[in-house]
Amino acid sequence: MMVYKEKGEAKEMRKYLIGLLVNNRYGVLTRIASMFARRGFNIESLAVGETENKAISRMTIAINGTDHDRDQLIRQLRKLHDVIHVSEMYPDSSVKRELVIMKINTDQGKRQEIMDAVNAFRSKIVDYSKRSITVEITGEGTKLEAFIELMKEYGIMEICRTGLVAMGRGDDCLTNRSVRDDDREIAEEA
Amino acid sequence: MKCKGAQILMEILLEQGCDVVFGYPGGTVLDIYEELYRYEGKIRHILTSHEQGAAHAADGYARATGKVGVCLATSGPGATNLVTGIATAYLDSIPLLAITGNVASSVIGQDTFQEVDIVGVTLGIVKHSYTVRRVEDLAFILREAFSLASSGRPGPVLVDIPKDIQQAVTEFFPAAGPAPKKKPASLYTEKEIEEAVSMLKASKKPCLYIGGGVLSSDAGAEVLAMAEKIDAAICQSLLGLSAVSAENPRVLGMSGMHGGYAANRAIHECDLLIAVGARFSDRAVGDKKKFAKNAAILHIDADQAEIDKNVKSTLGLIGDAKEILERLNARLENVSHPEWKKDVAGMKRLEKETEQHFEGLLSPYGVIDEVAKVVNPDTPIVTDVGQHQMWVAQRYPFKEPRTCLSSGGLGTMGYGMGAANGAAVATGKKTVLFTGDGSFAMNMNELGTAVTHGLPVIVVLMNNRVLGMVRQLQNFFSHAHYSQTTTNRRTDFVRLAEAFGAIGLKAATPDEFRVAFQKAWEAEGPALIECQINPDDFVYPMVPPNRSFEEIMLPKKQG
Repeated sequence: MMVYKEKGEAKEMRKYLIGLLVNNRYGVLTRIASMFARRGFNIESLAVGETENKAISRMTIAINGTDHDRDQLIRQLRKLHDVIHVSEMYPDSSVKRELVIMKINTDQGKRQEIMDAVNAFRSKIVDYSKRSITVEITGEGTKLEAFIELMKEYGIMEICRTGLVAMGRGDDCLTNRSVRDDDREIAEEA
Repeated sequence: MKCKGAQILMEILLEQGCDVVFGYPGGTVLDIYEELYRYEGKIRHILTSHEQGAAHAADGYARATGKVGVCLATSGPGATNLVTGIATAYLDSIPLLAITGNVASSVIGQDTFQEVDIVGVTLGIVKHSYTVRRVEDLAFILREAFSLASSGRPGPVLVDIPKDIQQAVTEFFPAAGPAPKKKPASLYTEKEIEEAVSMLKASKKPCLYIGGGVLSSDAGAEVLAMAEKIDAAICQSLLGLSAVSAENPRVLGMSGMHGGYAANRAIHECDLLIAVGARFSDRAVGDKKKFAKNAAILHIDADQAEIDKNVKSTLGLIGDAKEILERLNARLENVSHPEWKKDVAGMKRLEKETEQHFEGLLSPYGVIDEVAKVVNPDTPIVTDVGQHQMWVAQRYPFKEPRTCLSSGGLGTMGYGMGAANGAAVATGKKTVLFTGDGSFAMNMNELGTAVTHGLPVIVVLMNNRVLGMVRQLQNFFSHAHYSQTTTNRRTDFVRLAEAFGAIGLKAATPDEFRVAFQKAWEAEGPALIECQINPDDFVYPMVPPNRSFEEIMLPKKQG
């Protein structure tokens, strides 16, 4: 009997970021969302916007899943006719950002305390009223979560998040990635 | 030249080599039917009884020829009636173009009469779909739709054309002919080919497992060439039947839940499984963990998402099966594995010994054998879904490619009658449909279509007055509680066939069947033979769902 190295079946759940370039056409978002629903993938966030070329949009999708889920997701996305490029955005070699706007209650008279926190987190006040202040903060992961956690104590009236967007560091562009999914190796060699 | 949208559709159909459309008229396709009237003689239209029959007919046409099958329906109910047919084609990777009319662009979204968002409804079951928004885009979209449906891993494409787009006029630029069919992208590397070659060379017990991808890539000869070189056995998925001739002694037939003993055991015992154009469906695999547990798996497929989707492979080669097999074969020497050959011969012997004997006067295998004896090697054989389908898959000696037409992935009861019409139209040959009383009742209206168009379809209806496949599952897994599977309908199928204008015949014994089939075979138009079989005949062997070969259930001993 021949013995081959078993491919490890990673079962642990992780958060993955996927970058996509897609045709900026009617119905593309629906098609992608429908595929996610049908194949049972769990989208954590999805951010989409036009690129410098009006015909092309860029998406960043965050999912929770296993390595197998990620591979399947990327391959299934590649099959969609309107998808031009798909690749994983690797956590250690990508710039990731999310923008959060939140309205915080200032009725308790703790306006100064809140403003100190805003400064400490390098966030920004974008609106101001008698009963509330509205704050904008950009960042990722733990920093945002910590800030949101802190603000809960004062009373968050409303929160609005864009979802993560991501871009490879250095000269790494989505368009340079391979259409095979072992592009992790290729990207890391580069 | 200046053309209306509806006329552009006709011109593109002709340009793409489509000579027949299966469809049903309605309010939002009036303009298209007006053009079909004008193009009569150039484009044949087969009016079905129901749009589902049109979709299955286009699917049958595609399976029998490898060309894109085209079906046409009006908006709303016409379009939704296509859905099951589109899903059937999607699950089996069949090139299908579904064209639907829709209400005028100006009233889309207002719940207009017969308005349905068919693009939305079909999102999960098409390879791609389009709503035409400007008549200027129509020609491009239709050409791209034809190309997409048939290239790479084939599949259904839907083009939804609002009424005003069919009426609008624009400049049309004719093209010489269809763009050449695009092969799947070759995503394998030289290193991987080398690795595959060394796997093939190292194997002492090689087994090929082939699926529908071998038919789409026309790679039957290359599969046989590889089997010869490395002295391998060949197993088939349901969709892989007819890709290589069953008469070749290497071919063990269908594996999987109701596959043969030898085919399943060969997969279980081989040390290298070479899967070509097969997607390891759960019905073919059973328990993933124990499937081919002694083997390294080399998976060759056009679709990269199939690699490691259901079963982890040792190595995946992504690209056109024919091209990859040619490359591999060129580097292989002829070897022989006498031990393995002996093992496989033993498996075949055991299979013969454990072959099922049926209780009734007329045995399903007997019916199938008689048909195989009379018809030609290139006769299209169509099945519906259920026990009869599995008996045909196990027993019928398919010899030529594209002669086995069966709904595998979706398992669509009611598929057969429409598909048989499509195959008969496509090939002009006498076509045999094996069906059951359950499946036939779902779309028997299409027998009327066959009569009207003089299609030479012979319906071999195995009537056991029960929904046998589900009944069998209930026997095994639901305490033999036959919940709603005993139909006991008093339908007189002979008179039913005659009422449709077809020949109706009945057989309760092998002799009666022989005479009846001969009569049907010699007749001009469609004929139906009702075969009375035993409701307690089960399909054996059976590997219970999600179990492994080790738990295979063989027929009960006779006597």
